[in-house]
Amino acid sequence: MSVDQTTVRRIAKLARIAVAEEAVPHLQDELNAMLSFVEQLSEVNVDGVEPMTSVIPMEMKKRQDGVTDGGYAELIVRNAPETEDNFFVVPKVVE
Amino acid sequence: MNAPINPKKLIKGATGDWEVVIGMEIHAQVASEAKLFSGASTKFGGEPNDHVSFVDAAMPGMLPVINEECVRQAVRTGLGMNAVINKRSVFDRKNYFYPDLPQGYQISQFKYPIVGEGVVTVDVSEDETINVGVERLHLEQDAGKSIHDLHPTMSFVDLNRSGVALMEIVSKPDMRSSDEAKAYVAKLRTILRYLGTCDGDMEKGNLRADVNVSVRRPGEPLGTRCEIKNVNSIRFIGQAIEYEARRQIGILEDGGEIDQETRLFDPSKGETRSMRSKEEAHDYRYFPDPDLLPLEFDQAFIDNLAKDLPELPDEKKARFMAEYGIPAYDAGVLVLERVFGDFYEEVAKGRDGKIAANWVINELFGRLNKESLDIENSPVSAAQLGEIVDLIGEKVISGKIAKDLFEIIWTEGGNPRDVVEQRGMKQVTDTGAIEKAIDEIIAANPDKVEQAKEKPTLLGWFVGQVMKSTGGKANPQAVNELLKSKLGIE
Amino acid sequence: MTDLTNLTIAGARKGLAAKEYSAVELAKAHIEAIEKARELNAYITETPEQALAMAKASDERIAKGEAGPLEGIPLGIKDLFCTKDVQTTAASKILKGFIPQYESTVTSQLWRDGAVLLGKLNLDEFAMGSSNETSAFGPVVSPWRRNNDTAKIVPGGSSGGSAAAVAARLCLGATATDTGGSIRQPAAFTGTVGIKPTYGRCSRWGVVAFASSLDQAGPITRTVQDAAIMLRSMSGPDAKDTTSVSMAVPDFEAAINRGVKGLKIGIPKEYRMEGMSSEIDGLWSKGAQWLRDAGAEIVEISLPHTREALAVYYIVAPAEASSNLARYDGVRYGQRSLGKDINEMYENTRAEGFGAEVKRRIMIGTYVLSAGYYDAYYVRAQKVRSLIKQDFDNVYASGVDAILTPATPTAAFGIGEMVSADPVEMYLNDVFTVTVNMAGLPGITVPAGHNAQGLPLGLQLIGKPFDEETLFAAGQVLENAAGVSQLPERWW
Ligand SMILES: [Mg+2]
Ligand SMILES: [Zn+2]
Repeated sequence: MSVDQTTVRRIAKLARIAVAEEAVPHLQDELNAMLSFVEQLSEVNVDGVEPMTSVIPMEMKKRQDGVTDGGYAELIVRNAPETEDNFFVVPKVVE
Repeated sequence: MNAPINPKKLIKGATGDWEVVIGMEIHAQVASEAKLFSGASTKFGGEPNDHVSFVDAAMPGMLPVINEECVRQAVRTGLGMNAVINKRSVFDRKNYFYPDLPQGYQISQFKYPIVGEGVVTVDVSEDETINVGVERLHLEQDAGKSIHDLHPTMSFVDLNRSGVALMEIVSKPDMRSSDEAKAYVAKLRTILRYLGTCDGDMEKGNLRADVNVSVRRPGEPLGTRCEIKNVNSIRFIGQAIEYEARRQIGILEDGGEIDQETRLFDPSKGETRSMRSKEEAHDYRYFPDPDLLPLEFDQAFIDNLAKDLPELPDEKKARFMAEYGIPAYDAGVLVLERVFGDFYEEVAKGRDGKIAANWVINELFGRLNKESLDIENSPVSAAQLGEIVDLIGEKVISGKIAKDLFEIIWTEGGNPRDVVEQRGMKQVTDTGAIEKAIDEIIAANPDKVEQAKEKPTLLGWFVGQVMKSTGGKANPQAVNELLKSKLGIE
Repeated sequence: MTDLTNLTIAGARKGLAAKEYSAVELAKAHIEAIEKARELNAYITETPEQALAMAKASDERIAKGEAGPLEGIPLGIKDLFCTKDVQTTAASKILKGFIPQYESTVTSQLWRDGAVLLGKLNLDEFAMGSSNETSAFGPVVSPWRRNNDTAKIVPGGSSGGSAAAVAARLCLGATATDTGGSIRQPAAFTGTVGIKPTYGRCSRWGVVAFASSLDQAGPITRTVQDAAIMLRSMSGPDAKDTTSVSMAVPDFEAAINRGVKGLKIGIPKEYRMEGMSSEIDGLWSKGAQWLRDAGAEIVEISLPHTREALAVYYIVAPAEASSNLARYDGVRYGQRSLGKDINEMYENTRAEGFGAEVKRRIMIGTYVLSAGYYDAYYVRAQKVRSLIKQDFDNVYASGVDAILTPATPTAAFGIGEMVSADPVEMYLNDVFTVTVNMAGLPGITVPAGHNAQGLPLGLQLIGKPFDEETLFAAGQVLENAAGVSQLPERWW
């Protein structure tokens, strides 16, 4: 399988990465190089093989219900590019 | 899905009848102290970003650890819907960008949900009950909140809700009218509140519905559906469905086509409108969350939760009908809320269940509604109402007097029996007193006595006079018999 | 007085206990060395004040006889570990200026045991790279050079800063992380020891995520014993990381002199790849001979799905990364670029904040997860991954105790020498190390010699799950046989 330039643009949109029009062909070549490299997997026989879920079999740890965290809004927003009254501030989102 | 078509449910269009098909995705906030994958509080409101941990804010290197109580709540809810519980389920990442989605993905369950198929029995009206199939229930994270009206060009983001546990309950497209849909949500809400797995507070958004609506000609395959997102009141759900069904019928009858889309309900206009901004094609790229292992538990875990489940509305309703001999509809009303049933049983225990039901539903609930009080703050306690029912049963007071007594207890309180004594509200059964009153009236109205011999219906007039002169306290039967004999009417 | 920067951790531990020098003196010596070595670009952030304060506290604890296992030991920390109140960048422009308000579990355990923070070490951006050339803070220069040549050499990656700093004596040991070889390959390129423990041995909490199902922390040190000492402090169950195993941490140091007598060491025939240099091939046989001489039985084994491991890696790792890096959106922390609406802000922030390699991997990861391709790529890759793990399970079930392989197909290359190469060529650096991450196994690389140009070469030992002890035992045998790993001449 290989990607065309429309797909490159679609993927970039999905990934929220601006791609300059002139950069598309180069990106396309790189992605196709990687895709042809991984193509070899299509030759492996995987009939009846379960996809790996956890590499080391173990039971999932769980937490007990109870408030043990939070209550430090100023630390949550300390690194934010723009805030107001401990809200994060972002360009308007249109519903 | 293809239940026999009920003509009463069909919608008349210009070109004939249409059947509306409704399915729902209900998001119910899990009742828990802490969030699904963090130790931050789930309390409603709070200062901006105060109920937020580094995990909820998706700081670099933060990892989710599941709250076991949320797992229990999901299983309880599954059991309450007679659903299949999956001993192994998997958390997936649903990837999309939105400012109130800090991780850039929502942790949800896509392929392997914790609860599978179930069924909810719904009373649509006094004489109609339907079964609504449940497709699945899965656990997932709630998002934060974006506030758009605090600034002209910027949105403000508060993550207090981010990561709170939700149960998404997906129904089958088994509903055929807005009434059925409303009744389904109401019933589901009742079950959740009985189980204590969700408080069902729709104003706070703790229970909200995505409603899928399509229309078709009776007997034809499903039409294209539209999803109305996040409707947060049962009334609005009804309005949204009515509007949307007619909108689609209009389009189809004009030879148009429905395009599958997400729509919003605008309560002020009573209309649904397309969410254009969300129209850009979604591709959520679900894959198993590598930070979490599969969620696994054994049968014993399920059995333990099952044995501790409370009596649920359906069982309670059946028991009320059998134990107190009340009609299905009354029983249905009395199990709508756990507290209703408890109140009723306190009134009915060892008394006439029918009279008790009548007084709880008609007198008490009616009055509570009028004053928009909830039963927890009823001025008349179950004990007091029980006493009133006793006084009626013992024929100490008549039904009419009982209403006055209820009024006094409601406004002034007190022990009903004492009030009856102090205010001389007892009905008079001692024939002496009644005879005296009758003799006076007969003496005063010889002409009427004459007419009564030909025209027995005049008896009613005499009864009225006697009741008047005894201030309504005379026992009606006694009055009747005495008059008949004295006037010589058979 | 001897140069305190030449000490091993074990040696410094003795010297500090014997009061031959103080932790403050030890820290000062390293702070000076770091200042003189800026040309290597090994550190992104230096924390001299913090180092001296911590060292002072160590001296007090030593005086009170309350020394921890790493008391006063000056370490460098890969800038992928979040450190409270100290900038943490993942070597990315998008995290420039990010000051964590929390401390990663691994580093907090190091401080608990008395270690001293010298600074944050350079790496490939978000640990994506094999040469440390993708860092937004510039490439790291290896302290090694080819014989009679001043060309700058790469230290390998992604833990290039860690490996270079340890080899150049800019710290006694360093933390590192390994997703496809990022501890072992740079260790091999710089003549140092690097171990990636079993997946789940070290908590990932507070470590900037690259590929969650593959990432593991581990140490880079100058000796096998030092690696054992550091790993013990870094390891252990963590309630904050669901994937960390609830298993007691063994005294790894106690295992280093066990030897290999009676152990069965496997030599996987699939690792003898066409075009492999005779130098590497020769080193590999030499390593086998050393182990045989020490009493191990050498057997040829087969790991049939080795060839596919790299392809699986380049689907699974980018897929997980594309999702893990979605949080860098300019909303809550890091750099934000402007845009007329929210999506333009996202797109500009991520276009300007991420480097080319990171963007490439996010794109490929987004593609293989997207509708219509998920089963063909991601699910299939995870199936092949199961087969790769099965290969190892079978080999270990047949009685093999550990596996010996080359660490890298070649010695280190020059900075810029691979820029012309397409990404895939660069990826081949990880061909011997990546299978280990696929199967979640422990792997250690030990310096075993030098190539004709005088650049270090390493050998890799792969162990059973949670059997790092055998790796330390066998690694020590290789270290002894190869001779004390010599350090590069100071030219900087
Ligand atoms: Mg939904
Ligand atoms: Zn949902």
